[in-house]
Amino acid sequence: MSADQAAAAATLPSPDRRAERAAARRRSTRRGQAIAVVSSVIVLGGLAALTFTSPGWPDVRDTFFSWSAFKDAFPDVLDAFWLDVRMFVVVEAVVLVLGLVVALVRTIGAPALFPLRMLAVVYVDVFRGIPTILLVYLVGFGIPALQLSGLPTDPIVLGCIALSLSYGAYVAEVYRAGLQSVHPGQRHAALAVGLTEGQALRHVIVPQAVRRIGPPLLNDFIALQKDVALVSILGVGEAFQAAQIIAASTFNYTPLLAAALLYLAVTLPLARLLDRWERGRSGRKT
Amino acid sequence: MTKSFGAREVLRGIDLSVGEHEAVAIIGASGSGKSTLLRCIDLLEDIDDGDVLLDGEVITDPSVDTVGVRRRLGLVFQAYNLFPHLTAIQNVVLGISRGHGVERSVAERTAREVLARFGLAGREDDRPDELSGGQQQRVALARAFATRPRAMLLDEVTSALDPELVGEVLAAVRELKGEGVTMLLATHEMTFAREVADKVGFLHDGRLLELGTPEQVLEAPQQPETQRFLRRLLEAGRA
Repeated sequence: MSADQAAAAATLPSPDRRAERAAARRRSTRRGQAIAVVSSVIVLGGLAALTFTSPGWPDVRDTFFSWSAFKDAFPDVLDAFWLDVRMFVVVEAVVLVLGLVVALVRTIGAPALFPLRMLAVVYVDVFRGIPTILLVYLVGFGIPALQLSGLPTDPIVLGCIALSLSYGAYVAEVYRAGLQSVHPGQRHAALAVGLTEGQALRHVIVPQAVRRIGPPLLNDFIALQKDVALVSILGVGEAFQAAQIIAASTFNYTPLLAAALLYLAVTLPLARLLDRWERGRSGRKT
Repeated sequence: MTKSFGAREVLRGIDLSVGEHEAVAIIGASGSGKSTLLRCIDLLEDIDDGDVLLDGEVITDPSVDTVGVRRRLGLVFQAYNLFPHLTAIQNVVLGISRGHGVERSVAERTAREVLARFGLAGREDDRPDELSGGQQQRVALARAFATRPRAMLLDEVTSALDPELVGEVLAAVRELKGEGVTMLLATHEMTFAREVADKVGFLHDGRLLELGTPEQVLEAPQQPETQRFLRRLLEAGRA
């Protein structure tokens, strides 16, 4: 074979070679799928067998997975869950504003804001560091104990305040990371076109920061949507509390399962949305 | 004018004036202080000593309204620094409407006209990531020019571009020159400096070693540093 022919053969694979490679790729894919199916059956089947053959399984089935208890409890738990939804929607709205304000105070370098900046630092450090359940206790029982008129006494309101304080601190840090991720050149460009520092923040820096923090923000919201159950310790009749009351009176824990499914029903869509959002970002052209 | 970053002196006693309708090109190696000079003039950096005057006013005086001064100047960055969340026209409108308080509809008309002059008609609603580097830099030039600044400061506006895109941006700068815009531009493009600039200055290690007509500085440089710099550019095929 001459050098020319060799070069042609190297650059133009024959139709046979192509078909051969495609077939090899298909074989490899099919083999991978088969392995995934077999290993899933072994692992999941093994776990199921272990659970269903355990000596206590019949009792567990009756106390946690009783269809009739589920049917009886579900309407009441669902009713109570409506309160959870209202609470987390309100807290999310409060936290979005509170977090942004705290983050801005921490970011803006104006000397006049120094005391506020210090306060913001202390707030974030303290409220991010205290367990949320403890905060719910402190706010829920502490504020009414002051016996000052004008302060809220409704445990639902107090619970929402405690959650807002706790999640506001987390979300402030999310915002701050977003603000800091905007390139300093953006601020310079904004100043160079004649904007004031405040206008630069409002029209250039904050809009870009907010676009970037969607995923971490959603992540905090997923955590918040299940942490509203903590308000039950103040005697608020939300879903977990309602499920517990029914469970205590019927000696059957299935209502708790109903509550768990309801929390999943609001957190799973957010989790999927988050996945899609992040896929969209990584897939976007640069 | 003198400027230090910490202990490092970046600009050491620069004395330079740009007349009305004049274009002055500053050449010099990377790190010679060209960008810092422009940023100091636009008050994005504080200077340590000396004054910057604009229309006879000392703009580096601490009592001067910084924002007002920046509104009279137009700075264009090497890396474009367009606002990525805004479309091309919104990038141009922001400074006119928010910075200069021009009514939105008027600002939009102005922005449209300026973009068209820089060959961007039809691209008004594209976001920066949908535009080529050359187009982005032309939007940046339009954004700075749209407010009719008293002077424009161009910081190596072609350095971040692929070679085939340099021409279109230089054409836009030529357009500004034809318009009689007062310009101070840092550049690496010697042929362009020769063509557009009325004066060329050579900045070396924070000092303005040479200043004169393009012929004087580029054809018959007096300082050994200038000669060495130009020779190196020639060897690299850039002059």
